[in-house]
Amino acid sequence: MEFMQQQFEQLFGVEWGAMLFTLATNMTFIFTIIVPLLLGVAYLTFAERKIIAYMQIRVGPNRVTFFGIPWLRGWGQPIADAVKALMKEIVIPTGANKFLFILAPILTIMPALAAWAVVPFSAEMVLADINAGLLYILAMTSMGIYGVIIAGWASNSKYAFLGAMRSAAQVVSYELAMGFALVCVLMMSQSLNLGDIVNGQQGGSMLHWYLIPLFPMFLVYFISGVAETNRAPFDVAEGESEIVAGFHVDYSGMAFTVFFLAEYANMILVATLTALMFLGGWLPPLDIAPLNMIPGFIWLLLKIAFLLFFFLWFRATFPRYRYDQIMRLGWKVFIPITLVWIVVLGLVMQLPQTVREGFPLNLWF
Amino acid sequence: MNFQDIIFYFFSTVLIASALGVITVRNPVYSALLLVLAFVTCAGLWLLLEAEFLAITLVLVYVGAVMVLFLFVVMMLDINLEKLREGFWKWFPLGGLVALVMVVEIAMIMLGQHFSLEEMPAPEPKAADYSNTKELGRLLYTEYVYAFELAAVLLLVAMVAAIALTLRHREDKKTLDVAKQVSVNKKDRLRIISMPADKKN
Repeated sequence: MEFMQQQFEQLFGVEWGAMLFTLATNMTFIFTIIVPLLLGVAYLTFAERKIIAYMQIRVGPNRVTFFGIPWLRGWGQPIADAVKALMKEIVIPTGANKFLFILAPILTIMPALAAWAVVPFSAEMVLADINAGLLYILAMTSMGIYGVIIAGWASNSKYAFLGAMRSAAQVVSYELAMGFALVCVLMMSQSLNLGDIVNGQQGGSMLHWYLIPLFPMFLVYFISGVAETNRAPFDVAEGESEIVAGFHVDYSGMAFTVFFLAEYANMILVATLTALMFLGGWLPPLDIAPLNMIPGFIWLLLKIAFLLFFFLWFRATFPRYRYDQIMRLGWKVFIPITLVWIVVLGLVMQLPQTVREGFPLNLWF
Repeated sequence: MNFQDIIFYFFSTVLIASALGVITVRNPVYSALLLVLAFVTCAGLWLLLEAEFLAITLVLVYVGAVMVLFLFVVMMLDINLEKLREGFWKWFPLGGLVALVMVVEIAMIMLGQHFSLEEMPAPEPKAADYSNTKELGRLLYTEYVYAFELAAVLLLVAMVAAIALTLRHREDKKTLDVAKQVSVNKKDRLRIISMPADKKN
């Protein structure tokens, strides 16, 4: 590292060399996050098709393979899909606003990827270790909605516009419940830094994870996360039976695929955040010999995979919500629950030390 | 000129250009989107001033929520530009006068002694464990708690008033009582009767 920095400083001068070196190292880190993430997205689509297939007693994709290896049958499917999408023509409807039509998918994928900048993958592995990390993630995920709205409007189609409006109202409503659930996490950890939030859950076993004292908030956060990503059973923005395919009905080829990628990247992001904030991130469930020898990164991956399975399971199991039921769930059920829980948590925090320590199981702090 | 200056000038240029675009662009949707761009670049400038909490909150609140609803409304409106432009020259002198007064006022403040570069130096770099959010929270909930609570009440009143003004009770409205639906049980709805088969074998 230092050798590289010296090289840069020799080439560009001391001040500029240091700046450009930081830029170059950060770009490298960004690529090491984005490339596995996009591969993860590709294989998440494969996992989804396989898992839902098995749940419906089918086999799912089982043809495309690498170099004719028989036991890898199906594993080439995401790559084949990507190649197919790249080859397809991008049709721009005549009545569409060309500039915004192209801008919309870019605006959708940008925040979905940018949010990963502050996500810690283990105690040391984090690109930007900023104090307001959680706020940054909230800000980024709330920007994702622009792509959907602009796509709906720029397509110049009724179905697309209806889908965009549904999606916008839904995302704005569930963001509130999500934000309030996160306030509870902040009250427990007393920090906005994601690394500190995970470290606050340390303590020897999974009983110290925020999952247990904040169990209702975990449910609210995760379900709101499903709604935020417009996944089944909250996928009224697409609603095939009513509005064809919602906001991306007029998109084709790679432009459509970018929306698709953003949706799955957001799913992984929500699963990662839930794992970090409620399931102890990279901490092992029990801090004893065989378990704590596995690197923290693997634990985090396992937790993410576990939560992602729920996303797929929901899609295979639940029928789609009706729109008014979605709104009711967000505004009349989740937000009151979170508000009550914030007050309860505040009262517990105000209890005298002796009472708190005598609490059964001593789960609170 | 170092790296930070370049970032500052880049953000300022984008900010001024997009702010100009907001009032000059013909399409109202573009106008709203340019306002979003202005907010985001403004947040970038605030980050340079080490006000990360305010910068992120600006994006979270204005870009993430307020402008979404704005865009929503603008997209649904059918704005007739010809009609809007009709009285432009008639009202131009008045508008120009107001604009001039505002420019002079802003110039008087900004060029005055309290806002000179000596009075407002660049912020000192803070230590890595300094949390902007914590400091702001401490200040808001101790020193300025009354002002803060008053502002909150004001917003709540405005919110309740907005709902009260638009809420209309309709007699013919059909709504579902979800609690009732959920509490339905099998006994009330389903009657199982035993029926002898019509045909033997």
